[in-house]
Amino acid sequence: MKKATNGIKGRAIWVFLVIMIIFFSVTNKNFLTVKNLLNVAKQVSIFGIASVGMTYVILLGGIDLATGSIISFVNIVAAFFMVNMGLNPILAVILSLAASTVIGFLNGIIIAEIKMPALIVTFASQTIFGGLAYIICNGVPISRFPDAFLKLGQGYVGPIPIPVIVMAIIFAIGAFILNKTYFGRYFYALGGNEEAAELSGIRVKRVKCLVYSLSGLFAGVAGLVMLARANTGQPNAGVGYEFDVITCVVLGGVSVNGGSGKMSNVIAGVLIIGVLSNGMVLMNISSYLQMVIKGIILLLAVGSDCIQQSNLLKAKAVD
Amino acid sequence: MGLDDNILELKHITKLYPGVVALNDVSLNIRRGEVHALVGENGAGKSTLIKTCSGAIAPTKGEIVINGNSFSNMTPQTSVKNGIGVIYQEFNLVGDLSVAENIFLGRAIRKGMLVDLKAMEREAKKVLDSLHIDISSKTLVKTLSVGYQQMVEIAKAVSQNARLLIMDEPSAPLTNAEVESMFAIVDHLKENGVTIIYISHRLDEIFRLSDRVTVLRDGQYVTTLNTSETNKDELVKYMVGRQLTEVYPERKKSCIRDEVIFEADNVSGNGDHDISLKMHKGEVLGLGGLVGAGRTEFAELIFGMHPKKAGKFIFKGQEFSPKDPREAIDVGIGLVPEDRKKEGALLGMSIRSNINMPIYNRISKGTVVNAKKEQEIAEKYRGEISIKTPTLDQLVKNLSGGNQQKVILAKWLAANSDLLIFDEPTRGIDVGAKQEIYTLINTLVEQGKTVLMISSEMEELMGMSDRIIILAEGRMAGELKKAEFDQERIMQLASMERKD
Repeated sequence: MKKATNGIKGRAIWVFLVIMIIFFSVTNKNFLTVKNLLNVAKQVSIFGIASVGMTYVILLGGIDLATGSIISFVNIVAAFFMVNMGLNPILAVILSLAASTVIGFLNGIIIAEIKMPALIVTFASQTIFGGLAYIICNGVPISRFPDAFLKLGQGYVGPIPIPVIVMAIIFAIGAFILNKTYFGRYFYALGGNEEAAELSGIRVKRVKCLVYSLSGLFAGVAGLVMLARANTGQPNAGVGYEFDVITCVVLGGVSVNGGSGKMSNVIAGVLIIGVLSNGMVLMNISSYLQMVIKGIILLLAVGSDCIQQSNLLKAKAVD
Repeated sequence: MGLDDNILELKHITKLYPGVVALNDVSLNIRRGEVHALVGENGAGKSTLIKTCSGAIAPTKGEIVINGNSFSNMTPQTSVKNGIGVIYQEFNLVGDLSVAENIFLGRAIRKGMLVDLKAMEREAKKVLDSLHIDISSKTLVKTLSVGYQQMVEIAKAVSQNARLLIMDEPSAPLTNAEVESMFAIVDHLKENGVTIIYISHRLDEIFRLSDRVTVLRDGQYVTTLNTSETNKDELVKYMVGRQLTEVYPERKKSCIRDEVIFEADNVSGNGDHDISLKMHKGEVLGLGGLVGAGRTEFAELIFGMHPKKAGKFIFKGQEFSPKDPREAIDVGIGLVPEDRKKEGALLGMSIRSNINMPIYNRISKGTVVNAKKEQEIAEKYRGEISIKTPTLDQLVKNLSGGNQQKVILAKWLAANSDLLIFDEPTRGIDVGAKQEIYTLINTLVEQGKTVLMISSEMEELMGMSDRIIILAEGRMAGELKKAEFDQERIMQLASMERKD
């Protein structure tokens, strides 16, 4: 019985996605075309990529508000490396990803060692690296990149845009880490009960550092794809992205209390946001109203999670 | 005021929890103006009893009579209104507010819509002066020592016109000097006609303060004595005087080897001082003592949860100072903690993950878990210690207490631990599962493993241990060999007065 309801709950998000697709297909004949659907995938690729790291963070019961700023920061440093310093694109990519990983690591080490709330640490780091992005480029966008690099954001393999392929690869890596390596087991353990996890031999601080580092790394990848797509490095490129990313992850059923969630459902969460945005644009819904609707959906997603949690607690109390 | 002038009468109080009788038909009268001590072992029902008086919990059956008025269902509000005040071990104070604000917490003196701080400080000063407590009512509570914080609690109760003050282990957190000041306040309250129920496991205090003393045992009323007409030995006899009924599974006699596997040499830290002990291979060493004696704290030192300040541990012939549980696990130590749900099991994860959690690094290629091995290991221990479950995918939160405990144990067997620390191994577990846990402990030592068992259940401690070391106030109070096991002796050692 319990298993059955879990199964339905696990798939509910996909059912919701299908219903949405049917709804938009019926209301707009331009929606259900291969071209448009690939377009949707392309549009969500950037927060899709970043959502993998955010999934780990939220699984741990934490939050990473620095994601958007890391995207902006990587935008600028990668552009600076390639255009201002004339570095080889591959080297520039490696250095930028290293930088974004270090930012994540710093967040993690402060959260783990000083035990500051993740909300504050990553908020501070959002402000710091957002500001540094402006300082590096003096507030002026940087453009004119090597063609090879632009392929990352604008190229196609057959009909499929490269950003979508990058997203698919990152999701595959993300799911592999979560389901096949012992780090994945550690993430669930730590998010479920930090004390018991530590007493089972998990080095809690190291795992926290790892998770925030990964969140930084994946945000970095997202930043690079965005840079290649836009063809200009902008210091405000990623502003506010963390909220879209958090929305995707939470919509994908990862509990904000930590300890439970699945990567496959996060993919559904990402697609829902993509379909919703695209469908609403096709229906000529104003971008202001779109914001309202997204906010309401976030509230509903977290609300249903919280209601389930409190029902669980009640059930326990009755036991 | 005759002898029968009772401020409080408890009549046939019974409190049932699922599977446990916390209080069984307890009747007790408290005379107006007396200091009435309440004693008993861990789990005797003292705390439950006072919680029924304060309205914190509702008794399943029974009647509470205060000043002749009967209540079958006490609430915290009616309790306070009828002049009952309770000083719990945990204070209900707000550190960032002043003494005066704390004393009047929730019933601030007002001037119109505003709080009249001046008036509160003035009133608080009156209460403090009346109790001869020498602190300013403007001081922030968080800057006060524990002793003074307790006095603020007492002043708060007095300012609410408490005529019956219940004090639950008031001396436990205090230093010796602070205890003396607290005694002075108790004496003073008594002179002013306040009745006091005083709970303590320190028998010296009982004789210093109380007029009468009531003994509880296993949730039952045993007797009430005039303190002047009894002595420590008699009290201890009443506290522990139960029939040993539980049967403990037989163990092969030859388990204990000469080899010393673990040694603590003058270890201090985490509240413990100068603990020295040896454990032999194949031995069950019992660690006895009252709640707060420092037993769990000692286990935490061994398991690397807190650093020791002095002394050394020697494990398998090598000195070791674990910095975290991982290091302790890697040398071969496992801990089955007291609070199973909070510290032991990962409730939201599968049985399989729980059992393999400490050894994922050992059963992985690089970081990739060998799923086949993972399944085999979990399967092996499910069979070996008979964890009852249809599938290893089952989440641990859906298991019974006994099976959860087995999963935690399986994890340490999988990790190949040589020293297993059990902290209250059978707390909250039903009788049948208890026997299984005992049998498992026997199997472990028969295999040459060593068990350190912390237990507050006297029967269990005596039934399972080869040797018992008793701690009191964070220090060694004594050591008893199997032939010397005796309830009274253990209780006497455990309630030894402090020497600091």
